[in-house]
Amino acid sequence: MAKIQVKTKINGEKTEFLCQAYDTVLDVLRRDLNMTGTKEVCSTGDCGACSITMDGRLVCSCLVLAAETEDKNIETIEGMAKNGKFNVLQKTFLEHAALQCGICTPGMLVAAKSLLEKNINPTETEIRYWLAGNLCRCTGYDKIVKAVQAAAEEIRENA
Amino acid sequence: MSDVKFISPDTLEQAVDVYSKSSKEGKTKILAGGTDLLVQIRSGISQPDTIIDIKNIKELKEISNDNGSYTIGAAVAGAVLEEEKNFGNNWPGVLEALRLIGSEQIQGRASLGGNLCNASPAGDSVPALIASGATVKVHGPEGERDMPIESFHSGPGKTNLKNGEIVVNFQFPKKQKNSGDAYLRMIPRTEMDIAVVGCAVNVTIENDKCVDARVALGAVAPKALLVEDASKALIGSNFEKEAVEKAALACEAACNPIDDKRGTISYRKKVSKVLFKRALEKAIERAKKG
Repeated sequence: MAKIQVKTKINGEKTEFLCQAYDTVLDVLRRDLNMTGTKEVCSTGDCGACSITMDGRLVCSCLVLAAETEDKNIETIEGMAKNGKFNVLQKTFLEHAALQCGICTPGMLVAAKSLLEKNINPTETEIRYWLAGNLCRCTGYDKIVKAVQAAAEEIRENA
Repeated sequence: MSDVKFISPDTLEQAVDVYSKSSKEGKTKILAGGTDLLVQIRSGISQPDTIIDIKNIKELKEISNDNGSYTIGAAVAGAVLEEEKNFGNNWPGVLEALRLIGSEQIQGRASLGGNLCNASPAGDSVPALIASGATVKVHGPEGERDMPIESFHSGPGKTNLKNGEIVVNFQFPKKQKNSGDAYLRMIPRTEMDIAVVGCAVNVTIENDKCVDARVALGAVAPKALLVEDASKALIGSNFEKEAVEKAALACEAACNPIDDKRGTISYRKKVSKVLFKRALEKAIERAKKG
């Protein structure tokens, strides 16, 4: 029953954990590290609710083995607000009522942040394509797209 | 499950050594992006007792360009390959085929090598690789060998890899002047779906004449096909209606599809002709631009 020891960095903090070979990053985040902001929905990479970034790359944490995160930089929704202050996307999501039940929201925010880090002036089509891997059954997506557009505008104004 | 081993070797030799030994004793799986494997593990389709993560091996993550000939590591993710701007200028069809697979989240992980080894008849990047004329380098206990992509698969989910062999990288020929490639797939929705038919075309044009052509089809047979009769119909032509029609009929004749909820046999056959013509048009347009 030898467990695998992993040393990684989560939201800038050095983290160590033990896991089994089949454990995903999502399993370890939610079960062992008590970081339940990242949501589990489909567990097959279809819905995007478990989106995180690994070394800056947007991925589904249900499709990454925990053992693969050795020496990696993981960013989750818990690292999005800094010093008690919302990220601009968190603010615009609230202002535009871009969430209802909230289950897709952490993944949606992580994915949208990853888009705006690459492109601060995305078209509506670019936003919709980028977020195509994040399913939302409440909002109809329109408010989410508008919130991302508003956040992008704010980032551009402050640039 | 508690005895499952996870190994991440740094060299190809180590990986091949472990792989060839462990796959004799039990069930070993190679892990690249994991976008197929992890789903298979969770659903119980695959229950490996050893997982070998090959992403710490330099050769599998490298992108190099030797005087116009690209070598792409088997585990390079779609999102990473897209950032290599010049690759997309050379092989837009290959890049668009790879980038069609899944969402941005999937693109952060999914690779050409994984798509090839998963061996789905509907894998999007495979027809595009075949049309490009790329070869795949594999490393095994007996050393290295190169395989044309079209002879890599033996059937749905099955490859011609020997025990202990690992896919290392893809070697693309130098792009010819006035050549262009394109990949199109038919799906019932706009994205995030599995191809009902996929078609890749790569043509080279000289003085308005087709001097080289490679046509490949996906999702219409137990494995992706190189349609040599379609190439023959095009080479030497001016892409006149008769030649294109002959090539389209060759595509239809090459189809040996399944009948399922995504598409019936007759539908897939018909769509293969339409898709071929559209992909050809796109490839010609690109070839004319250089």
